[in-house]
Amino acid sequence: MSSVTRNLNVEFGGGLEILFNHQRQIKLVVSAQGRNPTVRDLIKKLADEHINERRELFIEGDTVRPGILVLINDCDWELRDELDGELEDGDVVVFISTLHGG
Amino acid sequence: MPPRPCQLCSNNRAMIKRPKTGQQVCKECFFFAFEEEIHKTISDANTFKRGERVAIGASGGKDSTVLAHVMKTLNERHDYGLELFLLSIDEGITGYRDDSLETVKRNKEQYQLPLKILSYNELYGWTMDRIVEAVGKKNNCTFCGVFRRQALDRGASSLNISHIVTGHNADDVAETVLMNILRGDVSRLGRCVEITTRGEDTINRSKPFKYTYEKEIVMYAYFKKLDYFSTECIYSPEAYRGFARTYIKDLEALRPSTIIDIIHSAENIRISEVVQDALPKQQKCQRCGYISSNELCKACVLLQGLEKGTAKMAIGSKAKHVSQEVSSDTRTIPMFKMPDQQVRNNQTNQTNQAKQSV
Ligand code: SF4
Ligand SMILES: [Zn+2]
Ligand SMILES: [Zn+2]
Repeated sequence: MSSVTRNLNVEFGGGLEILFNHQRQIKLVVSAQGRNPTVRDLIKKLADEHINERRELFIEGDTVRPGILVLINDCDWELRDELDGELEDGDVVVFISTLHGG
Repeated sequence: MPPRPCQLCSNNRAMIKRPKTGQQVCKECFFFAFEEEIHKTISDANTFKRGERVAIGASGGKDSTVLAHVMKTLNERHDYGLELFLLSIDEGITGYRDDSLETVKRNKEQYQLPLKILSYNELYGWTMDRIVEAVGKKNNCTFCGVFRRQALDRGASSLNISHIVTGHNADDVAETVLMNILRGDVSRLGRCVEITTRGEDTINRSKPFKYTYEKEIVMYAYFKKLDYFSTECIYSPEAYRGFARTYIKDLEALRPSTIIDIIHSAENIRISEVVQDALPKQQKCQRCGYISSNELCKACVLLQGLEKGTAKMAIGSKAKHVSQEVSSDTRTIPMFKMPDQQVRNNQTNQTNQAKQSV
């Protein structure tokens, strides 16, 4: 089976960047075997490979913790099949926490 | 994935799913609907009077930053005739508030609004950093909450302002409803969902965002590229509230209308007269003149504890039992004076309730 890869631009906001080494933007490659990579794959990769500590502040089960917004190319992921939304090369995926500060 | 059209203009591509209604809308329609819903909340409740001076409680965080932006927009669009100010409290938390105040200072320029910053140190002679040193990290939020409430009123009063708007959003209000139920604080239950709390001797407090979802506030700030500060306070907030918050967010993820349903429930609860009669009578603090349900207000009791090094004891104990004498070298809070404007308003507005707001 061939591996499908996607080059993505990922951005963090609303305080989430703290979990990712204070990086507001990272570039990464997500791949899947014989199918198109999805947002679920991206979240897993971020949690597994890019968070040093307090993973639970980002991920809950296989999805983001409630209160974290996800936008793909500025579109609310709730309009794009959420976890099952397929990713394209060059997509900009933004994660923003609503939980910090008032 | 084929783009779906906006359900309001059917022209542009839908970018947001609105949590309250599930409606799928484009950016432009979202901005307009978001702002106009807040206008409706404000105008249905006759929240402001023309010519009123209004302070926006500004922390540099997302809610108050969006509030400043929206208040300015609506004041112009609908000609409210308000004089708007930014009012910030500097709790004295190194690495947190000093950074967020920089955001507020930028907001002042961006929105062209006058800014007043009042610090705990100026008012009480103590910064939160020093309070935490003295009392530890357990009750710090109790001090901070009591001190902030008074500081905002005193800051407003110094600008001759008798109305403060805060960025409390629907998620916050639902959380407070839940907290009041869990604590059995029935008297606060009704008041915490009022858009405005008024009193003869208190500054009016309004929550224009009481029906506005946190998700939409963050989306609005993101799409409008508003400049806000989003770091957690280094003295993390009470665990209990944290649980309530997580619980609400979990429910919201399952069914977004939960937030508004909780608020509506509290709005429709009628509090029995027995409970209302049992509410402590409001009086003026004998030491600082601030509204209080005891001879001494909470801030004076807490401050006295800090000054005497018995701060831990002051929490939870009844203010009545705290001695009335202050030695001449201990710090007290300056006398509180209501702004003149408020005195005038209240003479013509007999319907105001004489209760302290939450
Ligand atoms: S978390 Fe507590 S100490 Fe920090 S700003 Fe909020 S109330 Fe104050
Ligand atoms: Zn539209
Ligand atoms: Zn007092």
